[in-house]
Amino acid sequence: MTTAVLFDNISRHFGAVRAVDRVNLSIAEGEFFAMLGPSGSGKTTCLRLMAGFEQPTAGHIEIFGETAEGVPPYRRSVNTVFQDYALFPHLSILDNVAYGLMVKGIGREERRKAAEDALAMVKLPGYGTRRPGQLSGGQRQRVALARALVNKPKVLLLDEPLGALDLKLREQMQEELKSLQKSLGITFVFVTHDQGEALSMADRVAVFNEGRIQQLGRPEDVYNQPKTRFVADFVGSSNVLTAKLCQRLGLQASFASLRPEAVAIAPAADGALSLSGTVAGRSFLGATNRIVVDVDGNRIAVASPAAHSVPAIGSPVTISFAARDLHPMEDA
Amino acid sequence: MRSEKSNRAPLGLKVAAAAGLAFMHVPILLIFLYAFTTEEKTYQFPPPGLTTQWFAVAWDRPDVWAALTLSVKVAAIATGAALVLGTLCAAAVSQTRFFGRETVSLLVILPIALPGIITGIALRSAFSMADIPFSFWTIVLGHATFCIVVVYNNAVARFRRISGSLIEASMDLGADGFQTFRYVILPNIGTALLAGGMLAFALSFDEVIVTTFTAGQQSTLPIWMLEELIRPRQRPVTNVVAMIVVIVTFLPILGAYYLTRDGDQIAGAGK
Repeated sequence: MTTAVLFDNISRHFGAVRAVDRVNLSIAEGEFFAMLGPSGSGKTTCLRLMAGFEQPTAGHIEIFGETAEGVPPYRRSVNTVFQDYALFPHLSILDNVAYGLMVKGIGREERRKAAEDALAMVKLPGYGTRRPGQLSGGQRQRVALARALVNKPKVLLLDEPLGALDLKLREQMQEELKSLQKSLGITFVFVTHDQGEALSMADRVAVFNEGRIQQLGRPEDVYNQPKTRFVADFVGSSNVLTAKLCQRLGLQASFASLRPEAVAIAPAADGALSLSGTVAGRSFLGATNRIVVDVDGNRIAVASPAAHSVPAIGSPVTISFAARDLHPMEDA
Repeated sequence: MRSEKSNRAPLGLKVAAAAGLAFMHVPILLIFLYAFTTEEKTYQFPPPGLTTQWFAVAWDRPDVWAALTLSVKVAAIATGAALVLGTLCAAAVSQTRFFGRETVSLLVILPIALPGIITGIALRSAFSMADIPFSFWTIVLGHATFCIVVVYNNAVARFRRISGSLIEASMDLGADGFQTFRYVILPNIGTALLAGGMLAFALSFDEVIVTTFTAGQQSTLPIWMLEELIRPRQRPVTNVVAMIVVIVTFLPILGAYYLTRDGDQIAGAGK
């Protein structure tokens, strides 16, 4: 399989700040790749390094086998969908979409047709004569997508593409992006701080923290087997069990993760592990109740199906879970 | 919502406002009136008679034409230089970060805050120290110092409203620096430059103080008027020229006002 983007020990420092610190990654052609992390974790800087807006302090970048260092953004076969969409306010929607073709010197009729096709692809046919100011946020998002895709990039970079949309629209766009990527076969690299978005859309996820990749893998693996404490906490807010608690359960690890949905409020069945504590808090989340149990000062969250009865705060309970749901983690 | 009660101003305020406006504008109307007087030696009120002959006299005076062409040339070249330099300066200050950026920003604006006489004396001594003879070009240089400020101020305000990602988006879509300037930056700052240029032209056109220090033998239109006031001959010609100056400077300023007002819809759209 061809490698679309390769980061070989890439660092990008801004003065004393290590925005990106010795990052290695390899994105395959046709892959939907997510870079997930809190703000300031270096994920956006990585995207800007791919786009060419930033140059690495150290390391080597390849895009489809070609060295990318020193190549300006306008000579890369990569296009970006910006977080604020960055549509040109003085141009019509059609001229916005045709901009990339216009600066490449493609004739008026040809680029007009290509732009109209691209607008149809993002389900905005006939919007060409409007101005960006006349469109809603979701429509601008689609125009930004069409404007990037009309250039037939080898890699499409998306910077928090759905961040400004409301929940309903976001879910709809997630599906559309996914199916668009499947039908076009273009490599998509997208940056997000929303773990749900990353897990549901991406083929592989890189979890960033403080300029480094904490874990890189398939969404299921990252979710079920977080490698570090940070990943356990950031991706789906796992319970993090301390070494002392691990020892009590017969596990030799400095930290272990335990998903709230893997825990039940019930006495242990055969082969299951159990702990006892008192109920410290509860909240209704719709499909589940989130119950926080205090086990000797350790707070363990339990996702209990809404149909089950909720114990009162302060009452003693026993929680149980299967031994295979307890995952040892590195000390980080 | 504005309160209904405060919509009607009290009579006293209306009278005060009218008096203020009259104080500012009646003298200008008098200038216009004396352009039509039949008395050529003194400005007597009321004018003994009305005539339009001074327009014809002014038209036939070669010294009026010489002063007018000089003023237009100086203003045009000073504005042109200011447009280029002021835009570049505004781009540097608003789009990049470098050491001393705020200081540069302040130093660029300073010439307009300085009294013209200081600028004039400074330029005059600089020119004589450098052995530059006073000429058309020294006037242009003098005017450019404050024209740049006006262009810079207009351009920098507009540049700050262009989001940085617009320029990045253009580069991302394959446009090099020149194409980005041509297709994205220029259309977005165009009206601001036009407005700044018009203001600069108007400022240069009626400038007196800096000009007196940097001009050689030539007279720009305002200098010519100043000289004309002490001569008793054909006085209303000065008033005719004054009317022209008012029109030539007022129209660009009015235009600049409307352009920058509409600019909100041009650069701010979509943000």
